[in-house]
Amino acid sequence: MSSYRIQGATADWEVVIGLEVHAQVISNAKLFSGAATEFGAEPNAQVSLVDAAMPGMLPTINGECVRQAVRTGLALGAQINKFSVFDRKNYFYADLPQGYQISQFKHPVVGEGTIVLDLDEGASKEVGVERIHLEQDAGKSMHDQHPQFTYVDLNRSGVALMEIVSMPDMRSPEEAGAYLTKLRTILRYIGTCDGNMEQGSMRADVNVSVRKVGDPLGTRCEIKNVNSIRFVRQAIEVEARRQVDIIEAGGTIDQETRLFDPNKGETRSMRSKEEAHDYRYFPDPDLLPLEFDDAFIEAARDSLPELPDEKKSRFMQALGLNDYSAGVLVAEKEASEFFETLVAEVAKATKKDAADVAVKASNWLTGDLFGALNKAGKTIAETPVSAAQGAELLALIEDNTISGRIAKDVFEIMFETGKDAGAIVEEKGLKQVSDTGEIEKIIDDIIAANPNQLEQYRAGKDKLLGFFVGQVMKATQGKANPGVVNKLLKPKLDG
Amino acid sequence: MSNIDKATVAKIARLARIKIEDEKLEPLAGELNNILGWVEQLGEVNTDDIQPMSSVVDAKLRWRQDEVNDGDKADSVLKNAPNAEYGFFAVPKVIE
Repeated sequence: MSSYRIQGATADWEVVIGLEVHAQVISNAKLFSGAATEFGAEPNAQVSLVDAAMPGMLPTINGECVRQAVRTGLALGAQINKFSVFDRKNYFYADLPQGYQISQFKHPVVGEGTIVLDLDEGASKEVGVERIHLEQDAGKSMHDQHPQFTYVDLNRSGVALMEIVSMPDMRSPEEAGAYLTKLRTILRYIGTCDGNMEQGSMRADVNVSVRKVGDPLGTRCEIKNVNSIRFVRQAIEVEARRQVDIIEAGGTIDQETRLFDPNKGETRSMRSKEEAHDYRYFPDPDLLPLEFDDAFIEAARDSLPELPDEKKSRFMQALGLNDYSAGVLVAEKEASEFFETLVAEVAKATKKDAADVAVKASNWLTGDLFGALNKAGKTIAETPVSAAQGAELLALIEDNTISGRIAKDVFEIMFETGKDAGAIVEEKGLKQVSDTGEIEKIIDDIIAANPNQLEQYRAGKDKLLGFFVGQVMKATQGKANPGVVNKLLKPKLDG
Repeated sequence: MSNIDKATVAKIARLARIKIEDEKLEPLAGELNNILGWVEQLGEVNTDDIQPMSSVVDAKLRWRQDEVNDGDKADSVLKNAPNAEYGFFAVPKVIE
């Protein structure tokens, strides 16, 4: 594996990255109130008096949010803490009506775990997860709606977040990107967060420092609220470069919070927020410690589906897929489900074992369907060709009703019209001709019509075999079974 | 012993958004030192191997079901706001 290095004037520098991911928990109601969590409601319509921090209101924990955090911890192979504590993190901001965020500081609900990154060329790397804690989200401020006022909507206020904190184990922008991709895949598989970075239901704070290889850790800067994986990679690149330039010019790095500006491609200081960093954590007197038993943990474990890494190794071992295809198929839950249905349907229709049709199904799905979806700018969830329809097409190839070449044309029509493969083949008369007699007659005609080529072939110009095959296919509009054509043509040409 | 000086009082006041006149800072530092000194008597008790007490009554954290049974009361939520527009709280512009 090649190492990512920043070329300095004096040395090569290594970048050290840690990520704090805020993931909105999937639940109906908020962490401490009965207000809804749904995205896109009318302003302040999903706010209880608890979320608005009216005097005397008391928080009551939503058990589902606890269960979701525990499920996430289990999916990352993490330690689950049966005893954890909610603390108040104190700061003032217009979208935080309580004047503090209820969070977990000293005793988080989930301890250390691991995420395995899938890197290029089948390489992988383990990155440590330090902890996951539960906390409240803040409301939303809109600064651009009015010349003098900031508008505040508290619908998001009090929605449960998991803060997932990594160890500083990543060494390149690519690794940070792979971490976020993998984490998002896992969260989506287990249904604890929708992972939608554009809507802000998953956000990343990026800690970056640089050092000469082998040196102790340098001073880090935290880049706040980066909202896409691409921007995370870009932010790391420019921030690492900035730090190297400062150190090489004889300066030192101030530990501070910075913002990434994707338009200008730079990070800049948020100095005005520095004082607010004195959070004065203390245990929330409104909430007793969070406790649950082993049965609660085991029930959460039993509710987990097959995880992406497990699924990938099953696809490779039981179905014979290669590392790359298996990786592509499990990256999205919907794609892996599509594939499993496809394989099952093809196996059923052809009465073959799943393992015998899986590679062909995978090639068609990752090649033809993904290619067409990509071109049309659609996701697998929006595919006009269902898994059952794809299976019918593949089964028609398997039983020699149509050739692989014709199948490409049929697929194009399916993708455009949403029609079934069988109906298209019938309608357009695309059935493969495997009738030996019929093909033999066509071959005889073609040989008779091309005496010159025949002579040259017999004189040793073997390449002309392709010419004759092409002529036969042309005469049958591509419908001749290529296997049968080859078998019949060669002996006739050889005389 | 705790030792809270004028500057610390000013900082705490600022963090808590409490306005305190300059001439009050010194007397407040004295009062806070007295209070903390009094509380620090607890330091004389040996608390090795003793769990922090989270409640004076023997109670467990109460859990709720994941049901939406609150909200839909924007009018009540906004009622005490000094200014509200189009269903939003309207506050003095707070942008970096």
